[in-house]
Amino acid sequence: MSEQPGNYSAAGEVAQVRQRRTLGENLVRGLKSAPPTALIGMLVITVYILVAIFAPLLAPYGEAEVFDQQFLPWSDDHVFGTDKIGYDVLSRLIYGARNTIGLAVATTLLAFVIGGGLGLAAAINRNTWLDQVLSRAVDVLMAIPSLIFALVLLSIFGASWLNLIIIIGVLDSTRVFRLTRAVSLNVVVMDFVEAATLRGEKLGYVMRREILPNIMPPLVAEFGLRFCFVFLSIAALSFLGVGIQPPNADWGTMVRETAGLIQFAEYDLTAALTPMLPASAIALLTIAVNFVVDWFLHKTSGLRDEV
Amino acid sequence: MHPILSTVLQRLALGFATLFVVSVIIFSSLQFLPGDFAQAILGQAATKDNVAAFRQELGLDKPAPVRYYDWITGVLQGDFGTSFSGRGASGVDRSRPVVELIAPRLENTLFLAAMAALIAVPLSLMLGITAALYRNSLYDRAVNSVTLTTISMPEFFVAYILILLLATLTKVFPTLANVTADLTFGERVYRTALPSITLTLVIVAHMMRMTRAAIINLLASPYIEMAELKGLSKATVIMRHALPNAWAPIVNVIAFNLAYLVVGVVVVEVVFVYPGIGQLMVDAVTTRDIPVVQGCALIFAATYILLNLFADVISIITNPRLLHPR
Amino acid sequence: MGHDTGGGSGRGDVLLDMKNVTIDGYSDDRWHPIIKGVDLTLRRGEVMGLIGESGAGKSTLGLAAMGFARPGCKITGGTITFDGLELTELTIAELRRLRGARIAYVAQSAAASFNPAHRLISQTIEATVRHSIRPEEEARDDATRLYKDLQLPNPDTIGERYPHQVSGGQLQRVMTAMAMSARPDLIIFDEPTTALDVTTQVEVLAAMRAVVEQFDTAAIYITHDLAVVAQMADVIKVLRYGETVEEADTRKMLSAPEEEYTQSLWAVRSIEKPEKAAPDAILRMDGISASYGGGIKVLDDVSIAVPRGRTVAVVGESGSGKSTAARVITGLLPPSSGTVEFDGSALPRAMKQRNVEQLRRIQMIYQMADTAMNPRHTVRDIIGRPLEFYFGMSTAAVDARVVELLGLIELNESFIDRLPSELSGGQKQRICIARALAAEPDMIICDEVTSALDQIVQKGILELLLRLQEELGISYMFITHDIATVRAISDEIVVMYQGQVVEQGAKTDILNPPYPDYTKLLLSSVPEMDPDWLSTLLEDRRSEASE
Repeated sequence: MSEQPGNYSAAGEVAQVRQRRTLGENLVRGLKSAPPTALIGMLVITVYILVAIFAPLLAPYGEAEVFDQQFLPWSDDHVFGTDKIGYDVLSRLIYGARNTIGLAVATTLLAFVIGGGLGLAAAINRNTWLDQVLSRAVDVLMAIPSLIFALVLLSIFGASWLNLIIIIGVLDSTRVFRLTRAVSLNVVVMDFVEAATLRGEKLGYVMRREILPNIMPPLVAEFGLRFCFVFLSIAALSFLGVGIQPPNADWGTMVRETAGLIQFAEYDLTAALTPMLPASAIALLTIAVNFVVDWFLHKTSGLRDEV
Repeated sequence: MHPILSTVLQRLALGFATLFVVSVIIFSSLQFLPGDFAQAILGQAATKDNVAAFRQELGLDKPAPVRYYDWITGVLQGDFGTSFSGRGASGVDRSRPVVELIAPRLENTLFLAAMAALIAVPLSLMLGITAALYRNSLYDRAVNSVTLTTISMPEFFVAYILILLLATLTKVFPTLANVTADLTFGERVYRTALPSITLTLVIVAHMMRMTRAAIINLLASPYIEMAELKGLSKATVIMRHALPNAWAPIVNVIAFNLAYLVVGVVVVEVVFVYPGIGQLMVDAVTTRDIPVVQGCALIFAATYILLNLFADVISIITNPRLLHPR
Repeated sequence: MGHDTGGGSGRGDVLLDMKNVTIDGYSDDRWHPIIKGVDLTLRRGEVMGLIGESGAGKSTLGLAAMGFARPGCKITGGTITFDGLELTELTIAELRRLRGARIAYVAQSAAASFNPAHRLISQTIEATVRHSIRPEEEARDDATRLYKDLQLPNPDTIGERYPHQVSGGQLQRVMTAMAMSARPDLIIFDEPTTALDVTTQVEVLAAMRAVVEQFDTAAIYITHDLAVVAQMADVIKVLRYGETVEEADTRKMLSAPEEEYTQSLWAVRSIEKPEKAAPDAILRMDGISASYGGGIKVLDDVSIAVPRGRTVAVVGESGSGKSTAARVITGLLPPSSGTVEFDGSALPRAMKQRNVEQLRRIQMIYQMADTAMNPRHTVRDIIGRPLEFYFGMSTAAVDARVVELLGLIELNESFIDRLPSELSGGQKQRICIARALAAEPDMIICDEVTSALDQIVQKGILELLLRLQEELGISYMFITHDIATVRAISDEIVVMYQGQVVEQGAKTDILNPPYPDYTKLLLSSVPEMDPDWLSTLLEDRRSEASE
């Protein structure tokens, strides 16, 4: 279309049109433009996921296989030695990926189902009794530091997998609720939502087709951040001894169980490093997720994607 | 009534209402205990009579509102009830009042928290403000990536790295933070150095990032651009135009991060075997010593709520729109 | 250097000389040119109007005259010479000595540009005192005199107030006093009246012009409204896409613009719709009162009739209740009393009680096309959804009809897969029109549909709406604050003020005397393309007041 001077045509107005690309092409372009920190982050996350999935194939010994000798030093048989019960540390590390990450993902999902659903409902029915009740309830729940609240609840219900998921999931859903409500409120007041309502569209259509696609980017980023938070909370609880219980392998518990070795740093540095292994496994994954989320936030906060 | 006063009163009322609801929640945790918990506490050997006596002592035969009233009036007078531990199946009761357990430890925890806060608050405000002022400089980017890394680390990881480097390998500080009542102040500071540094590192990262964001947000205001276009020096722009509007965001950042301190304190006390109420609470959770858990939780929650309340009141009374109504 | 700012330099000397200035802005991870080599020469005591549409780079150029670039912008080339000083070569400290002292700035948003924590007077004299131009006491007295000159109420005490305690129009005048306090050689006015209502704008314009003349200050006046700048400026410079289109004396520019683009800046004024009477009304609001959340009445006993197959324009300033009237008609805001009758039968008060057919027959087009379309839906989804929803069309039928509708709004089928972000402002509004047309409505409510668009695009949209009315016989209720638009499109006019209808009737009756007071104030406040308009108006008002 050429722009003829003096002859105004609506179709000839200049607008920036994106090239059509397939999903694969976009993925490659996205990866190429990613900073090294994000690429490293993605690589680390991929490795963790693979380890979690293929744990039984990778681990030299079984998850709950107990050896006669406790606190064995690092050796060819036991790469990272054994712990105070006689578990093989390397095997526990590999199985720990499965348990710790799996539990955190399940908990984060629960938090998003509860918080996201209620947040969306509150935003659509803004300033009604439903919104008021939910928002005030969340205010109260958030008035207690979540680790303290979790400790109280665990003292009553006891630490089991299901309890951990429900307690931390529900406590964490308050933050998801606030975010979902806030970002949805920004979308709900848009004219296109009003236009759909005026057309006579049902609530389900408005939620699914009009609102949800527009709140996905911040929610995806929040999923990453919430995952980190949940993951660290579970690690902290396990470390305190009220999280995942043996014989299930878990990184937080492993740190607790092997922490004593740190005092022998002068005599055997590798022994002192043993508790550092699960601890750094936790830190590395959180850092990786944070790097990827940082890049994703930067990318989606721009007004438009690549031209 | 002056609008500031009424806004502050409203906020105070809301704060105390929240405290009330939170105390109800913490109290009612007792309700959810399984029916046979009295037996579990006293042990299998306990007789029916002992169990019944114990249940009556807890007031399980009275209606819940009455028990809440008894409990909360007790709490307000400094009586948090009696610990479950030390009760024997035989009926011999060696249990101690919760207050006796909490009081000395609360002092230790406050000492640790105060030390961490004293270092962390000024440090992170300074780092955050300078990073915001020299945005996108090498300094800003360096501080940013370091803090992003630090907030990704579990508190115990930071703690053990410090122990490894500063205690077991170089012996600068003691590994365990044993404090007793008879220590001199200097000795106390020395022994709590490692836990304080750990806590500081953890909250400085969060606080610095939030301070930086708040200041950048503030500096984007059109009135700051206007001040620059008046040809004012950078120092005048900051001191005269940015600072009077910065109290609310800064105080909120501080209050929010002291919450991290509350959580951090629990983990750090366990790592360093520090005799504070965080450690006490974790032990009580493992042994299901509900009165102790309740007492500790109430103290943590109240501190947190009051800190936030304080921050909100500061934001209200420094808001020029409320200070000078139409 | 060593140039005496006082008596040594007379009127007519060159004060500001910008040569081949280029400025880049950073977005999408790249530097883009914003100003592409602009020359600008301003003499002492001269006022230059800098005019252009959104994205022309007017503000960027204006700030560059102070040697300032906003974060994310940088001056990349050219020279900026102010009274013999080369601003691009000065240190930041040297620039600071000029800013606020010899070059001052008046911003668009007065409410945001005043620091909420300080009193107006201390902000007014801040630059003067800090640059040691006058001692504080003297500067205070002077500021009070400036407030008086700018016709602010209670000039002796208004300075003791805080920014949020005075109105927008007053703040804008205080900001002018603030700029004038140091008696600068040059003031940059950056769209100072854009955010104000027309009746307030007149007062602020008059006050600003008076002080600039009084102190013989040179000024650059930035705006997108040619009629406004014609009142203020001696010369006008037209910018587009960061380049100069033309520059000429104000009178010459208005009477004989050389460039076609310049003429397009008042394109809307060239449409004049012959007024036609309607056989009957398609919609009647009768005795409507409404409020938000039971508070004060936003509409008070309002009755409006929309003529069948014709256009009624609802005019008024912000807060007049014109958009609320639209919300009552659509049922989004059920009225507290009164009735809405559509095509002979009463409409249920609330939207939820209306049936799909009733909803279909009244459609709505919004001011901001950006927010009226889901950014994640393609043109096909946007126009196709009403077809699917109201008429249950199959996918193939939807596609065919969408192409047909695109033709009707002068776009073609190549647009069908585009997202809103891939459309220009005018194209977006056209898609919104097509979405409304897809429902085959009897009536369309247009809420300020052209006010966010550039003039030439506005003209295109208005002509399209007129043509569609000819062809399809749709009735329009056209909500606007712009009198030129009213002239261009309406058959009947309703004037609203503070929730009430002040006057309604045929276009020629309303736009010609005799007027009720408010209509007269409103109509007379709309700037005209005549450099003498403001002087004449002020003269008229003064003589009327003295009668």
